[in-house]
Amino acid sequence: MDASLLVGLILLPPIAVSAFNGLVGLFVPAWRGRELLIGTLGTLAVAVPFAAAVALFVGFDAGYLAGHGPPGEVVRYFTWMATGDLSIDFAYRVDQLSLIMTLIVTGVGALIHLYSIGYMKGDSGFWRFFAYMNLFIFAMLNLVLAENLIVLFLGWEGVGLCSYLLIGFWYTDRKNAVAANKAFIVNRIGDFAFLIGLFVLFHALGPALDGPFGFDYATLLAPETLSLLGGGTALAVALLFFLAATGKSAQIPLFIWLPDAMAGPTPVSALIHAATMVTSGLYLLARLSPLMLMAPEAMAVVAVVGAATALMAATIAITQNDIKRILAYSTVSQLGFMFMSAGVGAFFVAIFHVMTHAFFKACLFLGSGSVIHAMHHVEHDLEHRGLLPGHESEGPHGLRAERLPYDGPFDAQDVRTMGGLRRFMPLTAITFLVATLAIAGLPPLAGFFSKDEILYSAFLYGLNDHSWAYFVWIVGLITAVLTAVYMGRCYLLTFEGSPRWPANMDVRPHESPRTMTIPLVVLAVLSALGGFLGLPHVLGQSWIHHWLGAEYGGPVAEPELELAVSPATEWGLLALGAGIAFGGLALAWWWWGRRGLEFDARLRQRSGALYRWASRKWYWDEAYDAAIVQPLVGGARQGLAPFDERVVDGAVNGTAAVIQRAAGVMRLAQTGVVHAYALAIVFGVVLVVALMLFI
Amino acid sequence: MPVDLNWYLSLSAVLFTLGVLGVLLRRNAIVVFLSIELMLNAVNLSLVAFSQAFGDVDGQVLVFFVMAVAAAEAAVGLAIVIALFRNRETVNIDDISLLRG
Repeated sequence: MDASLLVGLILLPPIAVSAFNGLVGLFVPAWRGRELLIGTLGTLAVAVPFAAAVALFVGFDAGYLAGHGPPGEVVRYFTWMATGDLSIDFAYRVDQLSLIMTLIVTGVGALIHLYSIGYMKGDSGFWRFFAYMNLFIFAMLNLVLAENLIVLFLGWEGVGLCSYLLIGFWYTDRKNAVAANKAFIVNRIGDFAFLIGLFVLFHALGPALDGPFGFDYATLLAPETLSLLGGGTALAVALLFFLAATGKSAQIPLFIWLPDAMAGPTPVSALIHAATMVTSGLYLLARLSPLMLMAPEAMAVVAVVGAATALMAATIAITQNDIKRILAYSTVSQLGFMFMSAGVGAFFVAIFHVMTHAFFKACLFLGSGSVIHAMHHVEHDLEHRGLLPGHESEGPHGLRAERLPYDGPFDAQDVRTMGGLRRFMPLTAITFLVATLAIAGLPPLAGFFSKDEILYSAFLYGLNDHSWAYFVWIVGLITAVLTAVYMGRCYLLTFEGSPRWPANMDVRPHESPRTMTIPLVVLAVLSALGGFLGLPHVLGQSWIHHWLGAEYGGPVAEPELELAVSPATEWGLLALGAGIAFGGLALAWWWWGRRGLEFDARLRQRSGALYRWASRKWYWDEAYDAAIVQPLVGGARQGLAPFDERVVDGAVNGTAAVIQRAAGVMRLAQTGVVHAYALAIVFGVVLVVALMLFI
Repeated sequence: MPVDLNWYLSLSAVLFTLGVLGVLLRRNAIVVFLSIELMLNAVNLSLVAFSQAFGDVDGQVLVFFVMAVAAAEAAVGLAIVIALFRNRETVNIDDISLLRG
């Protein structure tokens, strides 16, 4: 089959099924109840693109290995807009980078759709959920498959929209709607930077190039085009696209929306806010890697921001109690790792970590969804028996409402109410454990290889006269320890120890249905084995490097590094990475495995202000509120509101008043007496005749 | 002896002026109406006179059109006058100023 047909097969099913489910669900209420049908259609709409992507993947490499032109195949549908120096095609590019992203998006996406059939069962918005999810998949595929930055931007905005719709999915709760707004607005700031970046690029390249410019990668990333950019322009463009990436990929300064985005249903968190959409910033940087490499200063900013974000988010993650928030900060931290590797020029490693992270983070989020699902049943059960705190009366079984391990109402997402779940939901526990070990970087699981490659590339970059990269490397090491610690804490508090919810002898959670556990198992297997695609040098050939790297004909550029690391050092770094994972996990076990929840209090006492800062998320929200939101609102209230009332409204009302006055004078002429009109006509005729005669 | 063109035109001008004055000065709607007809026929007269003087029938053709339009206008106008009279019991146009702004 040819590529254009397959690309159509990838892009059309999600949008078609999304429109179908959305429109039919909107107008035919009876359709909304047919959950199995809607869910199956929605899942197929992602599974079919996955199959098409696999077909493209299998039939791919022959073309470029034989040396026929640039890598990849471009499928051009039509010219979207053409004006002057600008001519944008609606075109898609199938190459190594877009294929690997497509496989991740559709593969993980299909599993999460399957999981959602079980998770969203009985929700009144089931049809809406699947319509949005399919729309998201379409937008994301548009983003990764686009051949030019404009079509990419279409997907970029599309995923932002779907993210907004899905965070606010349960919009009747004000908290969720606010979180959705926050995500959308913060993302818009990044999108604005993207647009400015496009304008700067066009300003620099549009008139300079021979033919019309369409932001297509083939033209944009060609060496002769890049050489037209001055150093300053390249730096500005690189920084602007990086700012855009921090919006979507949740880095300092725009990461604040991601933890709040957990207000959406858990499959959404897994798909959009962990596995796919948040990696689009990394994809953008990897796609523009030749451009990024022209601005080493921007690369340094990328790496340092990534390192700072990784460390900060990891410290916050240790102090969180909401299981989804722990995972959200973990996502921010892992994305920071990816930016680190992009900043030291190892873009293919960033994509490698995108892939492994998609596996284990999706598994973790779906596992947490399974846990929350079970804890909701516990909550309902407790409510039914009148055993929730606040009910002082005795339950029917002679049980008294027990105190929770914290003040406040029962929260099905709080790890402090969980504990010992491994006995009740073994499959969830084992898959969660595998993913936890993978993200902690325990060899030979996926996270070990990708994280080790990141730290290795930072070290290597430092070795090659970029001594600041050593700082990034050290921060990476510290963050890796913290990762193992907070993920160990998350697992131990949730699944080990003894149950902490009230009346836990009688109220028992249950394992989730099979549509939910099958994706968990598949993702756990992938997070165990995914790392072998990117083996370090000393252990063998890195498949992903050969697939993506420019030196092997791929689209992802790399800096030229003269010095290499000796095999002995590399073995040492590998051992260090493994040691860190072991050490961190052992520490977590020593602290929380033995003492359980008690240790949190001790940690709070011992680390004092540091813990308080971390648990309040380093006061980012408060700082933004004080520095940006309040001045804006106050300025609008005191400066703009009077301006609007007096000047803008005054101008409008003044115009109306002037016309009214003038009309009051003019209407005197209209007497209604026929003679007056006739006289006016006669005088008019006389005047005209006189003019004709005498002039 | 053929009558000079100027005589016709003078008569036409006198008739037209009479019509204009009738329209401007009379209050009775029907008389105003008659005055309008007088103006139309004054113009018709000059058209015919020119036609005859130049030996060209175009002017006479135009006169037929004017007479046709005048007939139609008379029918409509008289109908309006009758309708007004039935409503207001007067044909004094000073008493009728419905379109006053």
